[in-house]
Amino acid sequence: MSTAAATAHYTSTGQDTRKIAFWTFIGSECLLFGSLIATYLAYEGKSVVGPTPEEILNVPLTSVSTFVLLMSSLAMVLALAAVSTGQNRYARIWLATTAGLGTIFLGFQAWEFASFVHEGLTLSTNLFGSTFFVLTGCHGLHVAVGVIWLTTLLILSFRGKLGPEKAMNVEIAGLYWHFVDVVWIVIFTVVYLIQRGPAA
Amino acid sequence: MSDQVQEQTHAHPSVRVYLSIAAILTAVTVVEVGIFYIPAIRGTAFLAPILLLLSAGKFALVVMFYMHLKPDSKLFTALFTAPLLLAAAVVLALMTLMGAWVL
Repeated sequence: MSTAAATAHYTSTGQDTRKIAFWTFIGSECLLFGSLIATYLAYEGKSVVGPTPEEILNVPLTSVSTFVLLMSSLAMVLALAAVSTGQNRYARIWLATTAGLGTIFLGFQAWEFASFVHEGLTLSTNLFGSTFFVLTGCHGLHVAVGVIWLTTLLILSFRGKLGPEKAMNVEIAGLYWHFVDVVWIVIFTVVYLIQRGPAA
Repeated sequence: MSDQVQEQTHAHPSVRVYLSIAAILTAVTVVEVGIFYIPAIRGTAFLAPILLLLSAGKFALVVMFYMHLKPDSKLFTALFTAPLLLAAAVVLALMTLMGAWVL
């Protein structure tokens, strides 16, 4: 019996209970973000005062931050591959890279939020402001939680407590991180690239 | 237990596959942003469907290969797609209810 088998928690399905629980959690997160995206779309173009999305959204800047988040997903799978094969040095490099890219993404978002507030768009300015800040802010909060999670894994790795037998812990963190990434893929398209003007 | 371990452990994609997926994701993102700046497409009804299709492709690639749904148990696929479809239905229903179909 391997160490991994001894520490895993299996069900009658043959699957690790933690993984089943986490996929169920991700399913519930789909509903959360589905509701927020639905609310944004339902109220899009219905603001009676500006600024409007066309006036204020910075597509070039957000394209760069989107690329950063996509590359963080690549770093995350490379971290999992390194942990699974016992390559501790590479595991630390890729975990640090993932957390670092996540932090850069948050920096872009903080800068964007600050510039919007400077240009007069706040949570209470109009319907666009309310739905935009709640949707992207909720996503940013998830990214921040992911960065903290990855940092704890990095600390565990430096303490020698993140060997191949703990690969499932990294895989579950990776599931969370990739989910945050796919949510942004949708937000980037729906909010930034498909900008709809006021309804006729 | 060994049978369980065998059932639970699925081969993850290779590093080469991960890098290929990253290259595709980058290329599709560049295409998406490029389409956004093409005046002939931007003002038409084609913009939203094209962008949504590209976005769905990126979404599927990350979920299948980076989240390992493709090689993993179908149980996880069901746990993910059922709420995802429900979420999509919520989006469509709320947009219909609010008369927000101006894509």
